Amino acid sequence: MIRDITIGQYYPAKSVVHRLDPRVKLICTLLYLISLFLFSSIPGYLVATVFLICVIHISKVPFSYIVKGLKPVIMLLMITVLFNLFLTRQGDVLFHAWIFTITEGGLRTAVYMAIRLVYLIIGSSLMTFTTTPNELTDGIEAVLHPLNKIHVPVHEIAMMMSIALRFIPILLEETDKIMKAQLARGADFESGNILQRAKSMVPILVPLFVSAFRRANDLAMAMEARCYRGGDGRTKMKPLRYKSRDYAAYIIVIAYVVAVVAIGRGVQLHIWVF
Amino acid sequence: MSIKLEHLNYVYSAGTAYEKQALKDVCLEIPHGEFVGIIGHTGSGKSTLIQHLNGLVKATSGALYYDGKNIYEPGYNMRELRNQVGLVFQYPEHQLFEVDVMSDVCFGPKNQGLNPDQCMECALEALKLVGLKEKYYNSSPFELSGGQKRRVAIAGVLAMHPKVLVLDEPTAGLDPKGRDDILDQIAYLHTQRDMTVILVSHSMEDIARYADRIIVMNKGEVMYNDCPRKVFEHYRELEQVGLAAPQVTYIMHDLKEQGFAVEPNVTTVEEAAAQIKKALEKRK
Amino acid sequence: MDMVQTDNLIFEYEKRDEEGNVTGTYRAIDGVNINAREGQFIAILGHNGSGKSTLAKHMNAILVPTGGTMWVSGWNTKEPEHLWDVRQSAGMVFQNPDNQIIGTVVEEDVGFGPENLGVPTDEIWTRVEESLKAVGMLEYRHHSPNKLSGGQKQRVAIAGVVAMEPKCIVLDEPTAMLDPVGRKEVLKTVQKLRKEKHVTVILITHYMEEVIDADQIYVMDHGHVVMQGTPKKIFSQVDKLKEYRLDVPQVTLLADTLRKQGVDIPEGILRKEELVEALCRLN
Repeated sequence: MIRDITIGQYYPAKSVVHRLDPRVKLICTLLYLISLFLFSSIPGYLVATVFLICVIHISKVPFSYIVKGLKPVIMLLMITVLFNLFLTRQGDVLFHAWIFTITEGGLRTAVYMAIRLVYLIIGSSLMTFTTTPNELTDGIEAVLHPLNKIHVPVHEIAMMMSIALRFIPILLEETDKIMKAQLARGADFESGNILQRAKSMVPILVPLFVSAFRRANDLAMAMEARCYRGGDGRTKMKPLRYKSRDYAAYIIVIAYVVAVVAIGRGVQLHIWVF
Repeated sequence: MSIKLEHLNYVYSAGTAYEKQALKDVCLEIPHGEFVGIIGHTGSGKSTLIQHLNGLVKATSGALYYDGKNIYEPGYNMRELRNQVGLVFQYPEHQLFEVDVMSDVCFGPKNQGLNPDQCMECALEALKLVGLKEKYYNSSPFELSGGQKRRVAIAGVLAMHPKVLVLDEPTAGLDPKGRDDILDQIAYLHTQRDMTVILVSHSMEDIARYADRIIVMNKGEVMYNDCPRKVFEHYRELEQVGLAAPQVTYIMHDLKEQGFAVEPNVTTVEEAAAQIKKALEKRK
Repeated sequence: MDMVQTDNLIFEYEKRDEEGNVTGTYRAIDGVNINAREGQFIAILGHNGSGKSTLAKHMNAILVPTGGTMWVSGWNTKEPEHLWDVRQSAGMVFQNPDNQIIGTVVEEDVGFGPENLGVPTDEIWTRVEESLKAVGMLEYRHHSPNKLSGGQKQRVAIAGVVAMEPKCIVLDEPTAMLDPVGRKEVLKTVQKLRKEKHVTVILITHYMEEVIDADQIYVMDHGHVVMQGTPKKIFSQVDKLKEYRLDVPQVTLLADTLRKQGVDIPEGILRKEELVEALCRLN
């Protein structure tokens, strides 16, 4: 049910990827994501696939867990694919019926787009699977630190993100419970038109908001009671220090990006010539 | 309106790494009009069990008969079942959502398809049953105290006129007086309104005082299913699964060891006092 | 000066109407005098809404008195310059285990307090390890708090407070949302800390069984302290406690019932051993 959503949830395991400095993971993920858009050819995707499989393997996050994380975005994925499939008019027509036309170019773009999106989601969720929200916070805070100069409240943003991540599973469970409680009182969430359905969500949303505010209030109090007073003067339990494996990770990822772009484009160029 | 469970199994997230059997071959029968207590420590499957009773969770295998009909038969009217079996969740006040107490209690009857006048009637009756003062009927449920909110939430279920009332720890977080009030109210519903009551509780003392029969759950299985006196005879086994007998049961056992002529299997203070007095008088 | 001390403490809420205008005031605490000496175990009892939680929040300067004074470890909680000293001296554990854990991994949560205090990194690690050991949760250090039981979560919350090295721990209904096993776990942990670290413990609760070992009990009602004394003294007044919406442990109730029926046993029996012994003397 609803609590099965795993996207963005930390998966505890002991792997090299888990131990990497969060800054490395953030920057490398960013590089990886950009690289996905710098090529579009089968050899390029082969390299990208091999690389992704290797990283997943090293991270020790079970593949099924990652697939489960894809579930909530399947709709979005389908829509993108369909748009690309039907709206791109390029190359030979493969299929035509009424207003729908599928061209070779359209099919290719759709498939590439789907792969890109899936890899994009897997890549970025792999980062959150292997990084505790606290580390992630520290990483974001460190990477964005220069923005402090232009008065961006970097520490506060990072703290908010980390708290949000901690409370997602709790609120999901709560939603499940409230839904069941209202079902027990005869509520109906499944029938009726869109308007009626939207209205039927009120008995879930109101208690959920009330609970979220109560929790926020409690949490703020608990944080103050433990002497939280913003980022100034705080020390770190896990300060960020680059180790040799972090430099190695940078080198590997940069090498990968160079390779995948070269192969991805080079081969395409090759075909072009012929 | 009996409830009968036959070889009920329930497995969470089947086929994944998180697979867990929450209920194992549960066979139970709850006749109409009984006051049943369910105990078991957290994770013993008792919450999952009660969510089966009104069809919120569907068993992986097995059958559940309500009033002689298997609720898993195709075409069974689940809505009607939920009208008959009222389920009050733990911390039920967290489900309140309407602008005032009255409308919130009307939510259930409204879903049953009653007209506004009938809804009001049901709501008024339910609010009276839980003993909420009339001056609060038009206030926002969020302005009430914890105990009052809980009453409103219970009224929300009672307004649907269930024949069976299932309550998951209705006294959690209340102060002693609040606990007694709610339990007395439930006992009243049981005797005066002829309702079947199924009460999940952590308090052995409360269960011993009110229940005709106790079902002990452990690791998804029914461990004991008997009258309180018989169940608490197994106080040593209960301790091993994170439960205990009421304090008086221990006292009586200790007294017996010290040579008192008492019958140790008592579960309430009144019974214990009577036994001790009798034993003392015999001596004289 | 005592660890926690109040002088005629008053706290008033302002009641507001829908436009936010003040329509009146409500005294949640009205002239309370309590004190807790170093190393003592103090219990505060009272029904829901009696003002006991409001009082607890004063000990950590989450609320400051509107009248009278509260001192924690000698600091007046009203003085803003000592705010952080007060909060570090009196650590606070709240009722809802989920809403007070900030970290997503047990050890990171325990480290949160020391981080805020500016403790150097190496020392944070020693403190985290020691505190988790003290509450018996060291083996769970890498776990996610969401996977723990209620009692375990509360122990993590206690470790989070212990890591700040407070002189006093205030527990505001820490067991209200737990099952009996969880309740026992938490209470055992608190007693262990009291012995090993000699912290002052202030326990707010409405479970009577939890306070029979207290050095001193205060009973609150409508913002006042209405009863005060040792557990023996408090629990010998069964009827009076009931008036304040409280009760007594079942042993005490049984002893009281027997007394009322003319059995000659002493008042204020708190443990089953005491009752059995008293009855054996008659037999």
